[in-house]
Amino acid sequence: MPIEGDYMGMILTIEDLDSENRDFFRYCSKKEFRLQRGKQSGLLRYPPTTACPWTRDRESEWIPVEGKGTVHSYVEVHHPIQPSFKDKVPYMIILADLDTQKGQPTEHEALRVAGNLMTEDGEFVSPEIIKTVGIGTRVKLIYVRVTNEFALPHWTIDESAEQPFEPWRYPQE
Amino acid sequence: MTISSLNEHDANSNKYLRGKYSICGVGETTYLRGSTQSTRSLATWAISNAMEDAGMKSDDVDGMLSYSGNDSTFAPSVAGDLGIRLNFYMDVHGGGSSIEALIGIAMGVIEAGMCKTVAIYRAMNGYSAVRIGGTGARSAAPILGDQIHHRAYGWQSAGQMFAPTFLRHMYDYGTTPEQVAAVKVAHSKHASNNHKAYYKKRYTVEEVVSSRIICKPLHLLDCCVETDNATCIIVTRTERARDCLNPPAVIQSVVGRCCKPRSDMHYQHGPISTVAGHYARDILWPNAGLGPEDVDITGSYDAFTFTTMLQLEDYGFCKKGEGGEYVSNGTIELGGRRPNNTSGGHLCEGYTHGMNMVIENTRQLRGNVDCSCPIDKNGRRQHTYNYKEGGCRQVKNAEVTANLGWAMPGTGSAMVMAKDHR
Repeated sequence: MPIEGDYMGMILTIEDLDSENRDFFRYCSKKEFRLQRGKQSGLLRYPPTTACPWTRDRESEWIPVEGKGTVHSYVEVHHPIQPSFKDKVPYMIILADLDTQKGQPTEHEALRVAGNLMTEDGEFVSPEIIKTVGIGTRVKLIYVRVTNEFALPHWTIDESAEQPFEPWRYPQE
Repeated sequence: MTISSLNEHDANSNKYLRGKYSICGVGETTYLRGSTQSTRSLATWAISNAMEDAGMKSDDVDGMLSYSGNDSTFAPSVAGDLGIRLNFYMDVHGGGSSIEALIGIAMGVIEAGMCKTVAIYRAMNGYSAVRIGGTGARSAAPILGDQIHHRAYGWQSAGQMFAPTFLRHMYDYGTTPEQVAAVKVAHSKHASNNHKAYYKKRYTVEEVVSSRIICKPLHLLDCCVETDNATCIIVTRTERARDCLNPPAVIQSVVGRCCKPRSDMHYQHGPISTVAGHYARDILWPNAGLGPEDVDITGSYDAFTFTTMLQLEDYGFCKKGEGGEYVSNGTIELGGRRPNNTSGGHLCEGYTHGMNMVIENTRQLRGNVDCSCPIDKNGRRQHTYNYKEGGCRQVKNAEVTANLGWAMPGTGSAMVMAKDHR
């Protein structure tokens, strides 16, 4: 049976044969952020794929990874496209570099993980909070339930981390 | 405007079919909102115009290529309507960056003896049916598998998907909104001299940066127009093109859908403020036997103001990081050293997934751009080279053009064309 859930009015489906995404989102439902690690390369990868981009190795194992990172870039949407986001604007999509494996295997590579900027409870944040977040902000992963066996990872401000004095934001507010 | 640095680039060997193929005909429909007709009808309209431009009859075309994204009509139906018997056709999936790639494919299939002349078209109701901005039915479609990693986050439209690259370029290099807005200013200036353009109004930097934010850093006026239209170009051997009604635009080099590493998720690899042109340029310039300094007119894809800037930078028209300065110092405007998208492009003329910029550069190389300058008794347009509003659009002594096609930050195509010197 495919895993299918209604999230914010959107129907999200993971097909039976899509074992990589099925495993990834199942771990998320247990509040675990696990990524595939290639057996030969020892390197983690994101999002889930069917082989290791560095060695072509098709063997991998799911390794728990600490869900902490730094905002590498972001999107701040003011004009919604999808109906489910009409009443969410402005909202933010965070692209954060995980601390784990940052700068490996080459200087500019990182596990860059996407998610919305949320409160710790998994609600979209207020416009005032959005204005405090930019490139350099320290963030951590949280999970929002879709079904019992499927949750989405999202980002929230890491209140326990030391934050930059002024994260970089697009100059026009 | 001469080809100054030929020796640096192995100009003497006739490699990779350099010069052997040409664009011999171009045509388009009117750029519309509310076409009230099918993509099949738009396609036959544009192809007929291109055939007329080339002086070709149905028997003269025996190959067809099209590109689309579940929003068009395939070649067999279109060819049938036009009385064209095909020796070759193929309909491929794709939008921006397709046209230069398909020109390369057309050259290859003709070279292989599979057919003699290929008409390439893109027919779309990009405003009134499948909207290019991603609103309407596309935005509400069910979300499957890999798409969950972006669409479930409200990260779906082209502007939303590209925004991290655009913002990171501003962060890495200090690029400003005002610098990038200059792309719209230039293209709107060009469009005001193009009777075909959907938007003909000239804009200022201030108007661009004070238009409403769609998603940062994109204001409404940083985004392209949505239109209904079809466009067509015809590719054949240069020798054959010389028998056509208009002078050939001679193809020097093509790059097709060249990618950054991890084209599925390019954000994982390398600086995200670098785009596919960084890789494509190493094919484009050596194969053409010239470099960016030899180019008179660029056609850098303007899905957004930022895509024009990023590509001009990564193809080497300026140093890395100086794209903001390059697009705002007058270079890319008519009358400047190297105008970009002299028809107004996607920001103003109409949205065609890259084809209108190839059509415009073909006309520029012919020296016969369809502006308001008077036509003499021999049917030759007498260009004034006065670029005042409503005036001339022809670039003086245009010898070499470069089209830089964009699919997404991680994928691009490109083509160099030159005026025919038989």
